Amino acid sequence: MKIVIIDYGAGNIQSIRFAIQRLGYGASLSSDSEDIKTADKVIFPGVGEASSAMKKLRASGLDNLIPNLKQPVLGICLGMQLMCNSSEEGNTEGLGIFDVDVIRFSNRVKVPQIGWNEITRLKSDLFQGIEESEYIYLVHSYYAPVCNDTIAVSEYELNYSAALGRDNFYGTQFHPEKSSNGGERILQNFLGM
Amino acid sequence: MLTKRIIPCLDIKDGRTVKGINFLDLRDAGDPVELAAFYAEEGADELVFLDISATEEKRKTLAELVYHVAEKVNIPFTVGGGISSVEDVDILLKNGADKVSINSSAVKNPQLINDLVAKFGSQCIVVAIDAKQLNGEWKVHLVGGKVPTEVELFAWAKEVEERGAGEILFTSMDHDGTKNGFADEALGRMSAERNIPVIASGGAGNMQHFADTFINGKADAALAASVFHFKEMRIRDLKKELRKSGIPVRL
Repeated sequence: MKIVIIDYGAGNIQSIRFAIQRLGYGASLSSDSEDIKTADKVIFPGVGEASSAMKKLRASGLDNLIPNLKQPVLGICLGMQLMCNSSEEGNTEGLGIFDVDVIRFSNRVKVPQIGWNEITRLKSDLFQGIEESEYIYLVHSYYAPVCNDTIAVSEYELNYSAALGRDNFYGTQFHPEKSSNGGERILQNFLGM
Repeated sequence: MLTKRIIPCLDIKDGRTVKGINFLDLRDAGDPVELAAFYAEEGADELVFLDISATEEKRKTLAELVYHVAEKVNIPFTVGGGISSVEDVDILLKNGADKVSINSSAVKNPQLINDLVAKFGSQCIVVAIDAKQLNGEWKVHLVGGKVPTEVELFAWAKEVEERGAGEILFTSMDHDGTKNGFADEALGRMSAERNIPVIASGGAGNMQHFADTFINGKADAALAASVFHFKEMRIRDLKKELRKSGIPVRL
């Protein structure tokens, strides 16, 4: 199985590569469109700031490539947020895969949310074998509200999308690669799609 | 619901955990990777590695260590100790660290916080603050708490947040090593004034201290070293007790 992690210079991608290795697979890092197109599974990571990450995607033409991919694609954290219509962070236009706008938590709670929270209302094969209220690890200041593409919900100030799904596209606000055994199962489920 | 985090801290010297760790069931308690994996299994929510070595090869050794920890461990970890530049942070993040913590270098050059946040994002920049009370006022200290400064703790915490840090790791030098509990009064004030997570550090001696720091100190996470290293307390047992007290934890 060919697994490609999209490398567009946005943050720590070593962790996700190692997590895939622990599951017994290999993954390569690439920004080459042919390489990405021919992968069996594509992982779209990202940490950092939305508008600068989006600029990097545009500069390499990946903004046109990603929405047209046909194989399973998993966006993680900022990767998921960039797959939405827009993000309030840096007034960024997103890839428009998920029909939702990403906004910031209010100052009624500490921002960023850092730590382990629960996921509920799971509705996707991504969560096969995962029980309701499993704990996952998150670090984020912006969130996607609950919408038609929501496949898992978490609560911080309000209910928001812990994961999104549409057709062959999946996105997790949390970091499966840092979410202990539950996270590894979710990654395993994705790789098994 | 977001849970309260329990974070064991490992002191690292020349790529090894320093003596003072008493784990009979580990093959090599001096191996940070093995120890990290053990704590992850025990239910630790995060790990902090604090590098206290002062050799010239320090950067390379630490980067290698980070790489091996990231390879094996499936929970987040923070690396700190002598980090003073954008390049230092870049190397550590590229090797797989989830967050870095800066301390003295931020006090000496506060702009470093802004520079790191601009390049890597708030989410991975932790500012560690060591402080103790002098004549009733909390003053920030440098070099592992040895050198006092004129900087006032709560003013510095405010500045740190304004400059974009994602989290504050507050160690009370008055409490560190005492095993009499965390600096809950100061922590409670800091947590109420600030809008970023605060990690309590220094003073953990028993399970009640953790409950106190979450309830009275309003801490978002609690860090400790010796109580875990000497198995005075198992993390899973601690979390069970905290849950009984109504504190949300991951079990």
